[in-house]
Amino acid sequence: MSQEHIVSVRVYVLIFLALMVLTAATVITAKYDLTVIWGPLNAIVALTIAVIKATLVVLYFMHVRYSSKLTQVVVFSGVLWLIIMVAFTMMDYLTRHGWPEPNL
Amino acid sequence: MEATAVSTATESRENYLNINYGWKSWLFTVDHKRIAILYLASITFFFFIGGAYAGAVRLELLTPAGDLVQADTYNRLFTMHGVFMVFLVLIPSIPATLGNFLLPLMIGAKDLAFPRINLLSWYIYMLGAACIVYAALAGGVDTGWTFYPPYSSIYSNSQVLAAGVGIFIAGFSSILTGLNFIVTVHTMRAPGMTWFRMPLFVWATYATSIIQILGTPVIAVTVLALALERLFHIGIFDPKMGGDPVLFQHLFWFYSHPAVYIMILPAMGVISELIANMTRKKIFGYKFVAFSSLAIAIFGFLVWGHHLFTSSQSVYAGIVFSILSYILGVPSAIKTFNWTATLYKGSMSYETPMLYAFGFLGLFVIGGMTGLFLAALGLDIHLHDTYFVVAHFHYIMVGGVLMGYLGGLHYWWPKISGKMYPEFWGRLSALFVFVGFNLTFFPQFLLGYMGMPRRYHAYPDDTLWQVLNVMSTAGASVLGVGYILPMLYFAWSMKYGKTASANPWPASGLEWQAASPPTTFNFDTTPVVTWEAYDFNHVKELKEGNSASPQEQTV
Repeated sequence: MSQEHIVSVRVYVLIFLALMVLTAATVITAKYDLTVIWGPLNAIVALTIAVIKATLVVLYFMHVRYSSKLTQVVVFSGVLWLIIMVAFTMMDYLTRHGWPEPNL
Repeated sequence: MEATAVSTATESRENYLNINYGWKSWLFTVDHKRIAILYLASITFFFFIGGAYAGAVRLELLTPAGDLVQADTYNRLFTMHGVFMVFLVLIPSIPATLGNFLLPLMIGAKDLAFPRINLLSWYIYMLGAACIVYAALAGGVDTGWTFYPPYSSIYSNSQVLAAGVGIFIAGFSSILTGLNFIVTVHTMRAPGMTWFRMPLFVWATYATSIIQILGTPVIAVTVLALALERLFHIGIFDPKMGGDPVLFQHLFWFYSHPAVYIMILPAMGVISELIANMTRKKIFGYKFVAFSSLAIAIFGFLVWGHHLFTSSQSVYAGIVFSILSYILGVPSAIKTFNWTATLYKGSMSYETPMLYAFGFLGLFVIGGMTGLFLAALGLDIHLHDTYFVVAHFHYIMVGGVLMGYLGGLHYWWPKISGKMYPEFWGRLSALFVFVGFNLTFFPQFLLGYMGMPRRYHAYPDDTLWQVLNVMSTAGASVLGVGYILPMLYFAWSMKYGKTASANPWPASGLEWQAASPPTTFNFDTTPVVTWEAYDFNHVKELKEGNSASPQEQTV
């Protein structure tokens, strides 16, 4: 807000191209059955690419990379809290069947 | 009425209350003080609706047999009590009234950072409230305020959707208030008002705003998912359709547990102000109290699983949530010990606000300690869903939050209205609330420990159980009187109360250096802060005229 950062057209075009390449990567990897290697691999690959794309959009198109530290902290905490929510919920789901039988 | 009242007033000084009149000047105001009054009026209204539901619940439990209302009606009564009290009263209570009124005054600002968004937040709140009132009038909701699916999403034929929409909408009001406060604290502090010179109420409100912004979107999404399942039978939570009901509980409590801190943190802020100012002493361990607010705000997000100990949650997750819940007791204890240490050798006075603060200390400690009982994995199996839980969270939410709210209202009433409340009646109300509260809820600890489940309209015909329930109902009536009294004498004092000086206590804090009631823009000139928070030597100098008041210092 204090000073507007002017992002060069070159950066915008590069990010756009990166997003296009990643989109193509999503489409291509979806055509292969990665589940033969590991069950959830298809989903993991698709989500990883999606996260990279979202990060690029937030950092460059939404100017967070050039924003004040405070803005960055706000954005980062939003993501961190999402991670907390998912991770702590998974803490339940992934360990549900792990309690040993009582030895009577 | 307005014009004549003013002309007869002895004091014709212009302030935020008499600057203009008529409903438009209130409904289109962007003055943070007037918006606080709008919130105060609406919250008080919904508080008495929620209270009426509670009265009906207590009346039913006067006798063991379910003779006053049927089970289904009873379900609706306690659900609507919870929905009104949690979403329309407790969550906005202190931040939207005292917070709105005081935050700019305390940091030496003219208003909040976004005055129009502030007004918008009240309209959004009223829109959400309208949906909930509609749900109440159209028959109410019978799921409990927690809306657990699949009952709420598939089977209940009550007004779940209308109430859900209301909660969804009201959430945005909460987010906007939080956003406004955070931006205000960051950008609008007066010159010299550094972070560690801010009053602890500001710190507490700031921490609350963080929770409001990070937590509230999750309840919105959760309610939305519930609506999707109820309307379109998309299987998210119902196991019959491939969903998982425990997922709802995770998401619901991810917000609703921190929501308890949205309620209690501002109350803790009020108590810090009351104790420091009524003992005329700098708060013991200012930085610890300030940072413990932030610690509660952050770690409050990591304990929600303690609501799921009996919901087929993994025992491993239960252990982690249990330990984290215990750890969360630490920052609350820091505050309590520091308040107590502040009392030591302070020059205490026993006016109404201080009586409420004492009430808070005792009740909050009981509420907090019983929380540790419930955070213990084994003991919770016995106590879960009993009256012990009901008593525990009422000690926090009523004994803690409402004591803080009422204490704060009395303390700042001279600033809000420009009039003093009647001290005798104030003390009497504090006594009624304290006695009535304990009489209502202490027996519930015993009932719960003996195994009385919550949410039932009948209980076994046992003399001891009935005696305890009768005590509880009798206490609720005393409590009711304690709540009606302040409303009556506050209204009375608006016309007949003694005119308050700018700093009647005398207390520290910039808000006491503005006029009572303040002008629309609070300060004639922006104050310059050269002293620490709770510096009572400075207050003394100001009173004796040895030091220039901030009004006289220009930037």
